[in-house]
Amino acid sequence: MKLSEIIGILQAEVLYGEDLDRIEIKQACGSDLMSDVLCYSMQGSLLLTGLTNPQAVRTAEISEISAVCFVRGKKPPAETVDLARKNDIPLLLSKYSMYIACGKLYSAGVLGCDDRCE
Amino acid sequence: MIAANKNSQFTKIQELVYELKVAEVMTTNLITVSSDTMMSKLRSILRDNRISGTPVVKGGQMVGLISVEDFINWLSRGGVDCPVEEVMSIEGLLQELQIDYHEEEIHRYRASHFFEDMIADKVTINFHYHIRGKKIEQGGEVASDLKRSLKRLGIHPAIVRRAAIATYEAEINVIIYAEEGRVDVNVEPDVIRIEVRDRGQGIADVACAVEPGYSTAPDWVRELGFGAGMGLPNIKNCARDFDIASTVGQGTTLKISIPTGGEEKRCA
Repeated sequence: MKLSEIIGILQAEVLYGEDLDRIEIKQACGSDLMSDVLCYSMQGSLLLTGLTNPQAVRTAEISEISAVCFVRGKKPPAETVDLARKNDIPLLLSKYSMYIACGKLYSAGVLGCDDRCE
Repeated sequence: MIAANKNSQFTKIQELVYELKVAEVMTTNLITVSSDTMMSKLRSILRDNRISGTPVVKGGQMVGLISVEDFINWLSRGGVDCPVEEVMSIEGLLQELQIDYHEEEIHRYRASHFFEDMIADKVTINFHYHIRGKKIEQGGEVASDLKRSLKRLGIHPAIVRRAAIATYEAEINVIIYAEEGRVDVNVEPDVIRIEVRDRGQGIADVACAVEPGYSTAPDWVRELGFGAGMGLPNIKNCARDFDIASTVGQGTTLKISIPTGGEEKRCA
């Protein structure tokens, strides 16, 4: 699914990102535990998280996650956005809680990283 | 683009289409015209072959595309006979694309043949990094730098990702538990060896520490998204060989190796 469609579903604000139509999201994962993300996320995923510090973006960079969406309207600090800009990783902000955001995407057909492994 | 069906599930066929590459379905037996083919001849070429356009070739290189649309535009301008190269529309763009592609090819060649181009009985490339303890905001900088460097060596992206994940976790451990540490990476054509050494508090029970979920991390670390007891298990999961030695009060040395040509160990 195109990232621009995901933005619509999550009614998300774009904190950083250009040309979002070109980004294809293959699957998504939701977690505040970065080790879990590093362990089971897949390249080309969307990360949904409540963790707004730069480590969320760093984790995305290291595990080749295509975009990060912060849930429950939590605005990240400037250094998080700076790191995203440096690595060209789009950042979204959704008002939905983690559970609702994941549920909306899953029912729209965005599979989880573990679904794709089966 | 194929949308998910009513049940929001992907069928096997849809899944297959997603995995299918252009190269597997494209036409390879192409009908082409040379750049000096006259427009008056083009109509019969398009009609006889039932095609709506064709690549234009000059000296063995593709220089443009000529389509039915170009043909109609030519007719509307009066249809004065001329070579197709005067009518085709995307010549400039195509040449630009070709230059880009050529540059990418050169870059890829340089990268992936790096080791093959070196003449020696054994080639090893070393990277050294320093980690400053307690600087959580810098956590991952070493992994990020290493990732870029390994990519430049032309190592497979899945292997680079694995090395970066292991290094990131190890880096976070050093930041949490030690004053400082160092990362030494040796890259050989078939294996990446990573050693992370710190002068920190050490691990009292190494066997426990490698169990998933075991953690002694303080709260400030957990608030940053780490410290859930998955660091060492993750590193182990990324590595082929995994060795950890620790002395309480002195520090910890972690050694792992990741084969560069191996199959993906995990599904990720």
